[in-house]
Amino acid sequence: MDGYAAPQFADIETYLDSQLKKSLLRFITCGSVDDGKSTLIGRLLYESKMIFDDQLASLKNESKKFGTQGEEIDFALLVDGLAAEREQGITIDVAYRFFSTDRRKFIVADTPGHEQYTRNMATGASTADLAIVMIDARKGVLTQTRRHSFIVSLLGIRHVVLCINKMDLVDYDQATYDRILAEYRDFAADFGFESIQAIPVSALAGDNVVSNSDRTPWYDGPPLMEYLDTVEIASDDAGKAFRMPVQWVNRPNLDFRGFAGQIVSGSVKAGDAVRALPSGKSSKVSRVVAMGGDLDEGVEGQSVTLTLEDEIDVSRGDVLCADKQPAEVSDQFQATMLWMSDSAMLPGRSYVIKMGARECQMQVTEEKYRIDVNTRAHEAGKTLKLNEIGVVNIALDREVAFDPYEDNRRMGGFIVIDRMTNETVGLGLINFALRRASNIHRQAMDVSKELRASMKGQKPVILWFTGLSGAGKSTVANIVEKRLAAMGKHTYTLDGDNVRHGLNNDLGFTDADRVENIRRVGEVSKLMVDAGLIVLVSFISPFRAERRIVRQMVEEGEFWEVFVDASLEAAESRDVKGLYKKARAGEIKNFTGIDSPYEPPQAPEIHLETDRLDPEAAADLVIERLDAAGLLGG
Amino acid sequence: MKTLTHLDRLEAESIHILREVAASMQNPVMMYSIGKDSSVLLHLARKAFYPGPIPFPLLHVDTTWKFREMIAFRDALKDDPQTDLLVHINQEGVEQGIGPFTHGSSLHTDVMKTQGLKQALDKYKFDAAIGGARRDEEKSRAKERIFSFRSAQHRWDPKNQRPELWSLYNTRIKPGESVRVFPISNWTELDIWQYIYQENIDIVPLYFAAERPVVERDGILVLVDDDRLPLEPGEEPMMKQVRFRTLGCYPLTGAVESSASTITEIIEEMLRTTTSEREGRAIDKDAPASMEMKKQEGYF
Repeated sequence: MDGYAAPQFADIETYLDSQLKKSLLRFITCGSVDDGKSTLIGRLLYESKMIFDDQLASLKNESKKFGTQGEEIDFALLVDGLAAEREQGITIDVAYRFFSTDRRKFIVADTPGHEQYTRNMATGASTADLAIVMIDARKGVLTQTRRHSFIVSLLGIRHVVLCINKMDLVDYDQATYDRILAEYRDFAADFGFESIQAIPVSALAGDNVVSNSDRTPWYDGPPLMEYLDTVEIASDDAGKAFRMPVQWVNRPNLDFRGFAGQIVSGSVKAGDAVRALPSGKSSKVSRVVAMGGDLDEGVEGQSVTLTLEDEIDVSRGDVLCADKQPAEVSDQFQATMLWMSDSAMLPGRSYVIKMGARECQMQVTEEKYRIDVNTRAHEAGKTLKLNEIGVVNIALDREVAFDPYEDNRRMGGFIVIDRMTNETVGLGLINFALRRASNIHRQAMDVSKELRASMKGQKPVILWFTGLSGAGKSTVANIVEKRLAAMGKHTYTLDGDNVRHGLNNDLGFTDADRVENIRRVGEVSKLMVDAGLIVLVSFISPFRAERRIVRQMVEEGEFWEVFVDASLEAAESRDVKGLYKKARAGEIKNFTGIDSPYEPPQAPEIHLETDRLDPEAAADLVIERLDAAGLLGG
Repeated sequence: MKTLTHLDRLEAESIHILREVAASMQNPVMMYSIGKDSSVLLHLARKAFYPGPIPFPLLHVDTTWKFREMIAFRDALKDDPQTDLLVHINQEGVEQGIGPFTHGSSLHTDVMKTQGLKQALDKYKFDAAIGGARRDEEKSRAKERIFSFRSAQHRWDPKNQRPELWSLYNTRIKPGESVRVFPISNWTELDIWQYIYQENIDIVPLYFAAERPVVERDGILVLVDDDRLPLEPGEEPMMKQVRFRTLGCYPLTGAVESSASTITEIIEEMLRTTTSEREGRAIDKDAPASMEMKKQEGYF
C-alpha cells in the first residue's frame, strides 16, 4: 500500500488528464485534547508521501527538541504550526493540510480539542463534508467528543469516521472498541448522521491507517485511507434550485451590466427565468459570461457573471434565484446560534450579521432556550456565553433572501459581528422565518423603545442644555450633534428659537406660556426618546421646576441636564443677538439674567464652564461622558 | 450536467474571495511578486472581473535584488490596459546600501521586503493587501485565515484570529487596520502547476531549465545574475542546466539542476522530487518559527 501518492503514469499527459478528473473531499479531525488528531494527520501526510525530505529532516530535528515521542518522529509537530502550539504540545488553531490519492484530493482541517478553542473547531467544520472524530481508547467518549460531534451535526456534516485511537495502549482489545462504539452510536443516535464508520487505529504505530493491521484480526472494515478514498459523499446542491448571491455588479462601460457571484446551488443557462430577491423582480438570463467565451451553463460551485434581459435593479447582497423556485424572504427568523466571544450575547443589543453577500443589522429579540451540549437538554436562558449554543428569535433591519440551513448551507448560515470591536462573535443557522412567505400577516412583534434604540446602536437620551442667553448652548449642542452624526448616531436638536417659530408660535413670554412652552418641548423630546433618538434641547429654561417637569416625564437616566455655565458678564459681552443691549435699554421685559432670575442647576449631569472651555472642548467633554455612560453603544 | 474538478472548485473559491475584497474593502491592492503564484493570482483576478478591468492596482515591493528576467517580465505588464502596476522601493534601505551580501539575508529581507511593504501600505493607505501565499507552503501559513486581520502596526496575532465560517468573510476593520487576503490559500504547488498548464498562463522564463552561470555556496546554486555578486577567491561561475522552483532575491534563491523546459516536464520533475519548494530559500531556515515571527512583524 505504498503507492498512494507516488506517481504511476506512462506519460505525463495521461497523468495530468487523470489528475484533472480527481474529486475534492474536505474533512476535519476533531475530538478531545491528546486524542492524537495531529498525530493522525501527520501520519496520513507521511504515508501518502506528502512530506519532503527537507521537511522530514527539520521534523526529526524538532522532534528531539519539542517532541513527546523520545527518539521517534513526533508527527504532531508537522501540523502544529504555531510556536506556542509546539511549545505547549497542543493545537490552538485550525490548520489546513493537503494530500491526494489516485482518486481524490483532500483538504484536511485539523481542529483544536480544548474547549476554549471551540470556535476554531467550528471554523474547520463549516466547510467540511466529513468528520473524523478521534477517541482515545483508554478514555472513551468524553465531553469534548460530545461537544464536537454535536457541532459537527449542527453544521450539517452527515458522515462521521469514528477513529478509536491508541489501540496499542489497550492491547488491541476488541471489547474496549465495541464498548466505545456502542456508547457513541447511542449518544449520536439523533444527530442525523447518514454514516458512522468506526475504525480501530493507532496513529502513532500506523495500525489500520493505510493498510489493515495484523494486530486487529477481529476488524473486517477498511483502513482509514481506503475509506476516505472511496466514501460516497452525495452533495445534492447541484440538483437543488438555482441560487446565486450577487457579490459584485460589473459595469465596465454603459453597454455591459453583469451580476457576478458564486452559484451556491442548482445551475443556470441563457434563457432561464430568474428572480431577484428580496425585490421579487423577474427577468431572463441573457448570457453566462466568462473570460475566453460565454458558458453554456453555470453550475453549483462556479463563480460566474450573468447578464439579464431586463434592466431590473439588482445590487450586492441580493440573491438571483430560479424564478419558479425562489428562496424565502423575511426579516425575522428562528435561528440556532453558537456564541464565540468572551462578551456574552445580549438580547436587544444591535449586531451586524453577514449572510451570503449581505451585511445588515440584527438583534436577538428573544432567547427560546439554551442547549446543554452533553445532555442536549433545553435550559432557560437570557444570554449566550462563550461556546454556548442556543435557539433564538432574531430581527433584522431589512428583509433578506434565505433558505433554511438544513436545506441549503450557504443560503441559511450567517456570522455575527460585534459592531464596536468588529470581531466575529457568533455563528447562526436559520431554522425558519417567523413570518412565512405565504402568510401576509406580519408576526406581531413588540417594537419597543429598546429595540428601536438598539437598532440605532445607541441608548436614547435628552441632553438638556440650559444656561443664560449667549452662554453658548446652541453652539455646543450643534458641535455635539455633528460629532454624534459622524459617529453614525441618530440625533435631533430642538432649538428654543426654532420651536417658537412653529409648534409654539401661539405662546408668549408670560409665566404660564413659559411653562406650556417647556411642557410641549418636553413631550416632543419624550416621543423622540421613545423613537430611540439622542435629543439635544437648547433652551434657556431658567426655572428648576420646569426642568424637573421634563426630567419626570422620562425614565431615570434619560434626562441629562447640561449646564452651560457662563458668567453674566461673559454672556453679555458676547451678546450675539444684541438682546442684552435691548434688555438693558428696557426694550425687552423679563429677560433672564437682567430682570428675571436664572436658577442654576444644583446637580447637573454635565457642567460646562464656558468661560474656561472653548466650545470644541466642551463638546468633547459631553461626548466623553456619553460614551463613558455607555449611551453610544459598546 | 457538468461536474466540477478540484481545480474548477479551487478557481471558483479564489474568484469569490477576490470579488469579496473588491466589493467590501475601501482601497485594496494585489501584491505582485512576479512568481508563478502571482501569475496565477493575476489570471484569477482577470477572470473574476472580466470583461471589466481589475478594480485594484498591483504592487511590487522591489528589493532591488530580483532577477533581471523577473523585472523584465514585470515591466511588460506596464503596457497592459487591464492592470495598474505600482512599484515601491525602500529608499531608506537603498541610501543605507542594504544588501544581502553586506548585511546578511535576514536584515536585507526585513528592511527591503517587510519594511518596504509596510511603507508602501502606509503610503497608499491600502486597507487590504491580496497575497499569493498558500497553506501548503509552510507550517504557520497552514494556520492562517483567508482574510487575515492586521493591527494598525501591521501585526498578525496568530493566537487570536477571527473564526472564518463557510465562505462568509468578516471584512470589517477600523481606520488604520488592514487585512491580508490569501485567495489561493487552499491550492498546492501541484495545483498551481496544473492550472498554469490548463490555462496556459505566462510565467517568468527562469522556471524553465536553461544553461545559466552559477556558483555553488553552502550547497545552494546561486545564479550570477549581475556583477554585484562578490566572487570568493578562486570561485569561477560555471555554466549549468538549471531552473528555479521559486523566485525571490537572486542571491537568496537557489537553482536546481534540471532539464525540464516545458510545463509538463516541470510537473513531471516535481512529482519525482523529494524536497519542498521552499528548500532553496535561505529565509525559512534561521529558526524553526522564523516564518511565523516574520509574519507577526508584518512580512507577508
